[in-house]
Amino acid sequence: MASVIGTFALFLALAVAAYGAVASFVGARSRNALMVESARTTAWSLTALVLIANVTMLVAILANDFSLRYVAENSSRETPTFFKVLALWSADQGSLLLWNLVLSGYLLAVAIRFRRRRPETFPWALGVMYVVSAFYLLLVTVATHPFGTLARAPRDGRGPLPLLQNHPLMAAHPPMLYLGFIGMTVPFAFGMAALFTGRLSDQWIRITRRWTMFAWVCLTAGLFLGSLWSYSVLGWGGYWAWDPVENIALLPWLASTAFLHSVMVQERRGMLKVWNLSLIVATFGLTVFGTFLTRGSILSSVHSFAQSAVGPMYLAFLLIVLCAGFGLIAARSKQLAGESHIDRLVSREGVFLGNNILLAALTFTVLIGTVFPLLNEALTGTKVSVGGPYFDRTAAPVMLLLLFLMGIGPLLPWRVGSARYLLQRLKWPVWAGALTIAGMVVTGVRHWAAVAAFGLAAFVGVATIVEMARGVRAQRRAFGGGVARSAFGAVSRNRRLYGGLVAHLGLVIVIVAITWSSTYASQKEVTLARGASTSFAGYELKYTGAAVRPEPQRTVFVATLQIIKDGRTVGVLIPSLNFYPSSQDPIGTPSISKGTPFNGFHDLYASLQTLAKKGTSATFRMFSNPGVMWLWVGGAVIVLGGIIALWPVRRRPPGAVPDVATTASEEPDRVEAEVTA
Amino acid sequence: MTDAQPEPRQESQPVPQRWTDRRWRVVVISLVPVLLLAALLGFGLGRNPRATPQAQLIGKPAPDFALKDMHTGKTVHLSDFRGHPVVLNFWASWCVDCSVEHPNLVGAWQRFGNEGTVFLSVLYQDTPAGAAGFCSKGVVCEWPDLYDPGGRTALNYGVTGVPETVFITPDGRIAAKQISVASYPLIERRIHQMAGERA
Repeated sequence: MASVIGTFALFLALAVAAYGAVASFVGARSRNALMVESARTTAWSLTALVLIANVTMLVAILANDFSLRYVAENSSRETPTFFKVLALWSADQGSLLLWNLVLSGYLLAVAIRFRRRRPETFPWALGVMYVVSAFYLLLVTVATHPFGTLARAPRDGRGPLPLLQNHPLMAAHPPMLYLGFIGMTVPFAFGMAALFTGRLSDQWIRITRRWTMFAWVCLTAGLFLGSLWSYSVLGWGGYWAWDPVENIALLPWLASTAFLHSVMVQERRGMLKVWNLSLIVATFGLTVFGTFLTRGSILSSVHSFAQSAVGPMYLAFLLIVLCAGFGLIAARSKQLAGESHIDRLVSREGVFLGNNILLAALTFTVLIGTVFPLLNEALTGTKVSVGGPYFDRTAAPVMLLLLFLMGIGPLLPWRVGSARYLLQRLKWPVWAGALTIAGMVVTGVRHWAAVAAFGLAAFVGVATIVEMARGVRAQRRAFGGGVARSAFGAVSRNRRLYGGLVAHLGLVIVIVAITWSSTYASQKEVTLARGASTSFAGYELKYTGAAVRPEPQRTVFVATLQIIKDGRTVGVLIPSLNFYPSSQDPIGTPSISKGTPFNGFHDLYASLQTLAKKGTSATFRMFSNPGVMWLWVGGAVIVLGGIIALWPVRRRPPGAVPDVATTASEEPDRVEAEVTA
Repeated sequence: MTDAQPEPRQESQPVPQRWTDRRWRVVVISLVPVLLLAALLGFGLGRNPRATPQAQLIGKPAPDFALKDMHTGKTVHLSDFRGHPVVLNFWASWCVDCSVEHPNLVGAWQRFGNEGTVFLSVLYQDTPAGAAGFCSKGVVCEWPDLYDPGGRTALNYGVTGVPETVFITPDGRIAAKQISVASYPLIERRIHQMAGERA
């Protein structure tokens, strides 16, 4: 029954999406408002149908309907309800269902948002989104069969992969990433619509600014949640391994970050039109590329799903997207000439340009490193793998340069900057950076990369804070009031600027955390008899014994390590090994003693490797990770900055006091006025 | 901020397009990198990144084992069956494809079991209780079902997942290995091949 409902809903959704695409394009071309309206309202039925398919699958999972192959392979009777819900996206086909749901949700949101004010590009953009939707529906109807049944329903299912039923973060990481990836469809669709219609001003950028921002915030959150999951679950003591699938999630983030910055140059100066369109095509292309690599069985990775026949379809779609996107940009290149030139390199737009060159270089570096094994095999026939050292060596210098530009960019005015002006405003930041470096050198730190990174971080951090303070002071001079109120006023008057500054501050924290933890981390593998102890990272760790904890879906062996400092027990680590019936290799759960200000934010991390009979001895891997927790603090600050920039501006009544610190280009209201005009 | 107010810009009107030679050239040149990338990915599609060199096993002597039959409790050695072709099937009760494959094995066992072909099953990453559950519902589980604690035998045969079926000739060499579901015609063909080699 579930199979019939689900399959039927998906096929119907495919037909509806195809209709939506045709109606949008025909309606747009023949300027038939009724047809466009029909295409617009079709978004409701599309979303409803995809929702039905998702709910059907969810109900089947919850009801243990093992006649469905997907349920039998990804859930079991003993799987806790929470992880049963997650089983919806813990394998290839189910996650494609969720993907379709998010995509149709975005389509519906666009249809609702533009129900009254309709820019000329709207029907074309709607059509593009329907085409994308139809492609992903094709994947779940023709190429794969999420509702495929088994001739004989097994007594019990296999359960989700043990790794995926081990941590609640699985609930947040994939959906967040999906919201980010798929959200990039909206600016892509409007960019393509601009190319179709030849309306090549910055209108498409203004219309989609907050959509892009939302997707970017979700993508950022998804990436940081993913690294937190890796740190808390995988037990190898790290958070980022330059795994191919980590890289391909990073690639759209890099490209969209470049896009978020470069669009400001087009909005203000009418430059970089070709570049912005190329970036959004690249961003969207990279999301397709990412799903292609994870599902198309190209590269081997922890994330890659089981083999499926969707590879060639992804490749064809990717080819269509890139050819249509770049082909149209090339065809329109004459109309896309810039309206002005960069007057001085030392100016806001000059720094944005530098930022974009560096981000593009970084994207390219990561992309090359990711596909290099394939390239090498194609050319020489030998298999190689590209590991962390390549990425660390190539990405770190670019990141530091980016950090530097991030510090000076917001301080520079548009068009007319000068070195002297810059130096004047950089007084405090330069002092902060110099003092940090001097302090580190004097105290005997000889990790030069760390010295450079920390010095630069201090420089950028202070520059950003000084810039924020300047805005608050200006607000206070103009309107009076307390500091807190002025800060609130300044931020709400120019959310985009302050959101950006907050995000920059977050990135500074992230860079500090990465440098700190990677420079000063240490690890040790040791086998301890019960009652024995070892000294590690300034602590004494004592193995006091192991216990067995049977749970319905697994058996958990917990070992206890006492953390002793100066003869006093200051904490305990309880890493465990989990045995699942469907897998003979146990899945470890590491235990982390989170750093506090009292121990210099020092994370102690232990994972249990093996446990001898009856717990007489145990082998542990211990990691000392100073400062690593700041990575997620920084991530949260970046997301907060994004949310500030994203927050809608309240409509002010006409004739209200003009802003002191706001620029017209940052007013979404004005965008709408343009759209309706 | 020191920012100046920007001049509002006019929306550019669509310009009628003419596809001149030069324009085609720009389009084609811009698409070259795209096509190169596509060619590379197309190459990648043709390979299996998880392919393990299975060919190494073929023709080699089949590793012997001594495993307990879960039905009878007796220990079974592979070497006991020298002189007979052996169909060695790795399976698990949680494996969906294994239940799809099982009727094929039953059919082949009914057809060839009396003619000297030996059928053996080895449980892979599963518990005897799970196996008993699989066989409880009127499913034919007549041939020896071996328990492989620690998965050593599976490791020796390079098993990466279930179902996998290894065909062993009467003189104890690995004739072929099937990864994923073995269809009835495939099992039949392999058994005939092994019989042909003996003749």
